[in-house]
Amino acid sequence: MTSALLDARGVTLQYKTPRHLVTATYRVDFSVHQGDRYVILGPSGCGKSTLLKAVGGFMPPTEGSILIREREIGSPGPDRMMVFQEFEQLMPWKTAYQNVIFPMKVTRKFARSEAAERADAAIAKVGLTEFRDIYPHMLSGGMKMRVAIARAMALEPDILLMDEPFAALDALTRRTMQQELLSLWDQLRFTVLFVTHSIEEAIIIGSRILVLSPHPGRVRAEIDAGGLDHNSIGKLEFGALSQRIHALLFDNAQGARA
Amino acid sequence: MSPQQTPPQRPELEVELADTAVIGDVERPLTFYERIANNDVVQRMTILVTLIIVWEIYARWLNNSLLFPTFSETIRTFGKDIANGVLIDRTFTSLRTLAIGYVLGLAFAAIFTTVAVASGVGTRILSTLTAMFNPLPAIALLPLALIWFGLGTPSLVFVIIHSVLWAVALNTLSGFRSVPETLRMSGRNVGLTGARYVGLILIPAAFPSILAGLKIGWAFAWRTLVAAELVFGVSARSGGIGWYIFEARNDLDTATVFSGLLTVILIGLAVESVIFRAIEARTVNLWGMQR
Repeated sequence: MTSALLDARGVTLQYKTPRHLVTATYRVDFSVHQGDRYVILGPSGCGKSTLLKAVGGFMPPTEGSILIREREIGSPGPDRMMVFQEFEQLMPWKTAYQNVIFPMKVTRKFARSEAAERADAAIAKVGLTEFRDIYPHMLSGGMKMRVAIARAMALEPDILLMDEPFAALDALTRRTMQQELLSLWDQLRFTVLFVTHSIEEAIIIGSRILVLSPHPGRVRAEIDAGGLDHNSIGKLEFGALSQRIHALLFDNAQGARA
Repeated sequence: MSPQQTPPQRPELEVELADTAVIGDVERPLTFYERIANNDVVQRMTILVTLIIVWEIYARWLNNSLLFPTFSETIRTFGKDIANGVLIDRTFTSLRTLAIGYVLGLAFAAIFTTVAVASGVGTRILSTLTAMFNPLPAIALLPLALIWFGLGTPSLVFVIIHSVLWAVALNTLSGFRSVPETLRMSGRNVGLTGARYVGLILIPAAFPSILAGLKIGWAFAWRTLVAAELVFGVSARSGGIGWYIFEARNDLDTATVFSGLLTVILIGLAVESVIFRAIEARTVNLWGMQR
């Protein structure tokens, strides 16, 4: 068996609110391999974002362990670049280009001239060349998201962590962004761990889908979903898979039979 | 009318797009008058000129230069004291003391807030200290400063530091606290910690609040300094602008008092509308963090 890029073993995550100790996920196991488009799907409150934060290194698991390249995750690091769902993840005091080059400068992963080239290339790849010197407040939501993705990709992280990155976009832009992400993946074959609550998005984006149950999040199923994209919407297999996931999520017997 | 009336059947419609060329210019430059009326400088100058005219008319009508000299008389005195160097000398003395106190105050504020953001205890210590000392008028500490540091610049610097420190620290800390969580996380994501995290993420993200603190701190410092100079004024070699005003009052030279006040106002205006405005235009306005 080849070793996985990312390995989560019996991960239980708990966090404190002023009144409660909340268990977000309970003994979750999953492995992400190189080149996976791995989607974590679950209803709101299943701890999927918390799980992603734990992979990002922002909170330690209460129980179990998360390994990247067989090394335990301790703190946030540029080997796991995060793309958040909010638009305010870009630094408003930096232009699109400066935002993209910032992680490369800070981490000193690339030489200065190479970083500049990579930043330009990443911006070109997301189609924002003419907006490279624009400050984020002048960009639309979709453009900000593209800059955030360019920033994360340019650093060539081991894994890209995306926390419902398209949730706040309008339906048309979301569709375009999903297509762009897929075509970027076709070119570069990066590894992405993607969190969403939309079954449709999970099927389109994912090559593999982890279905979590709510309160607290536990693994319900792991499903192969490669080969289905926007063009498959309305096709029989797409509908069937969607039905199957729906049944798994809401645990009703009729759905499971269908 | 029946309540369940259905909307009428209408034919569907598909048309060619209308030609927009007939509209002509989509953009049109504003006329000269429109631009003048919107100009901030022009508007401010109009307000100033109106005030000056009212002043001149009132003073002429009152006709008592001991109580209320005219604008023209004030300007004449002002020009004379600029020409013979007295006013420039006094202003320079004041500004030098101010600069020392302001910079030291900012340095202390930077140290305090950095310690405060590092830990929860630090935050509580700073907010308690700020709550205690911010309402305390700097000038009330002057007698104490005189006992500790004697007559002279160190006492003035002490009260200026007090007036700057708490205002700047309070604003900076509240600015740090309001930095969005996503922005913090994307900073830590690339491995930033400690001083680099504060310098590269927190300070620019909180810059609107920090700048507000700097402005308030500057105004507090300037008025504290002038007030303190009025109390004991002259240090070993030369007095400041406050001393200039105090001296003139002793001589019942009201026009000179006015010219001193005018200097205080002009410097305040210049710092606000030249220095701070320029900083704003290059930072928070450019970044879209403030309109």
